Amino acid sequence: MSALRLRLRPRAAIGAEAARAGRTGDRILFALCAGAGLLAVFVLGEVVYQVISGARPAISKFGLGFLVHSRWAPNFSAFGAAQALVGTVITSIIALSIATPLGIAIAVYLAMMAPPAVRTVVGPLVEMLAAIPSVIVGFWGLIVFSPFVANHIEPALHNVLGFMPLFGAAQTTGFSLLTAGLVLTIMVLPIIAALSRDLFLTVPVELTEGAAALGATRWEIIRGVVLPTTASGVAAATVLGLGRALGEAIAVLQVVGDGTGIHSSLFQPGETLAARIANEFTSPESKLHIPSLFYLALILLVIGLVTSVLARMIATRFDVHRSLA
Amino acid sequence: MTAQLDAPERDPGLPDPSAPLIASGNLRRRDAVSRAVTASATVAAFLAVAVLAILVFTVISKAWSVLSLSFIFTNPSGLDSGGIANALLGTIEIVAIAAVIALPVGILTGLYLTEFAGANSRSARFLKLVLDLLQGLPTIIVGVVVYGLIVAVTHRQSGFAASVGLSIVMLPLIARSSQEVLLLVPGTLREAADSLGVSRWRTVLGVILPTAAGGIATGAILSIARAAGETAPLLVLDSIYDPNATQLNPFGHGVPNVPILILTTSDLPSPSALTRAWGAAFVLLAAILIANVAARIMLARSRRKMMG
Repeated sequence: MSALRLRLRPRAAIGAEAARAGRTGDRILFALCAGAGLLAVFVLGEVVYQVISGARPAISKFGLGFLVHSRWAPNFSAFGAAQALVGTVITSIIALSIATPLGIAIAVYLAMMAPPAVRTVVGPLVEMLAAIPSVIVGFWGLIVFSPFVANHIEPALHNVLGFMPLFGAAQTTGFSLLTAGLVLTIMVLPIIAALSRDLFLTVPVELTEGAAALGATRWEIIRGVVLPTTASGVAAATVLGLGRALGEAIAVLQVVGDGTGIHSSLFQPGETLAARIANEFTSPESKLHIPSLFYLALILLVIGLVTSVLARMIATRFDVHRSLA
Repeated sequence: MTAQLDAPERDPGLPDPSAPLIASGNLRRRDAVSRAVTASATVAAFLAVAVLAILVFTVISKAWSVLSLSFIFTNPSGLDSGGIANALLGTIEIVAIAAVIALPVGILTGLYLTEFAGANSRSARFLKLVLDLLQGLPTIIVGVVVYGLIVAVTHRQSGFAASVGLSIVMLPLIARSSQEVLLLVPGTLREAADSLGVSRWRTVLGVILPTAAGGIATGAILSIARAAGETAPLLVLDSIYDPNATQLNPFGHGVPNVPILILTTSDLPSPSALTRAWGAAFVLLAAILIANVAARIMLARSRRKMMG
């Protein structure tokens, strides 16, 4: 409020000199702000450029075949991305297929069911889950959760669904794609829940109360009014969660088991793009090792950028619909 | 929408609207479904809270035996004993330098979006897209890029490289949160300053920034808390160092830090080393959660102030 302390001086004092000072100040501030914006653009450009130029030797050596070759043996200079790519996709699918329904259910509870006192406590707690550093979630996954997966979840799944090769024999360590996917679930869940809750709170009261007045039950209001009006926004929230799951390196590295080869069973150790880069970047074993890791980073970057743009496009469409309504 | 509204009038199968209102359909079943959904949504919410509680209580119970003031204020001696003072100091230093880089750039970017570029101008939309893309970048990619720019050139990992990496992680968070807070500053304040003939830069520095200061500080705290726990960039930028020594020269060799301490100790077979890692995890988690709670309280307060 210091502007209010500007003393009003007689008109003569606010002369050409002050006006010029104002213009110069405006120009300096504009230059600083525009410069900061340009710097942000430059950083993104530099990221893309560095990743591409780092990957160039591997791109010219392996070409697009890199994407489909699954053998990754740095000491034999054999590099292929397929195994890590499949691992990334599988762990993300596990995380999203659990976190999306659960996150939407949490959002429905927080936005429409919880008493105000519960809402003001539980809402921030759910968001707090997103603040836990990935290295701590991964540490917990490594020490506490993976033995639990190996001793309880894997045998249970194998007993019930063992006829499918996805749920093969339980392993002893619990370091597996399944464990990585479940740990990612914990990290993705608060994102989807918090964003969906904010969306559900924007549904016009006229619509929900109108449905209630027509005799709809709470579930019918949710299914018939709330979910359809927010569907694209919830989809955008899910895609944002996907972005988080795809790019997480540390927590996955701690529980995925650094396995080789592509297996049909989710209980086998595997590898993801981000985890492999994090694991091997500081200890290259052959000349093309680092460029190949950059190639993995390029794949991850492309997937990541596409996901971000997709989430934005869905969300913008949602805004347009909302403003028309 | 309109088609659905019109349809009932044309449908002869519908009941006469003037008939007395009697509940139709299987009410008991509809009610049961609704109750089941309510129950499962409640269970889902408390499941999330339970996961948070399990994580926090695991860290507390495993770290309990090692926690003491000397754990925070002494350096480690070997893997199995001593405190984490050097890593704690290192993390504070790395994050502080990152904040010094990212805060001005982020706040100025936010100012550009709200004060200089029109809300729907092409440059504003492009810049927002860029910030979204930066925010969506996997942090390990930030790490390898800064590795190429700094570590590959200087031929060694350093605290400064880590700070640059973390500042790239922080930048979009600060810019977007500043922008959102600046948008909340009432337009009447800008108009009042304009009508008094105050130049734009004085309005920004004297009126707009002070009004939004609380909200901007909230965003800054949240992004600092996020950066403090970020591990992936540090793994490639600042993970090779002497774990027993205090090293605070950001341009020298690697600076010890808490996330890497946790990561590298987490798969050691020695139980006492693991306990130390849990202790470090406790300190980091406590700092981050306290920062989040504080930011939340500040945000509520500044919202109330701005809304009048």
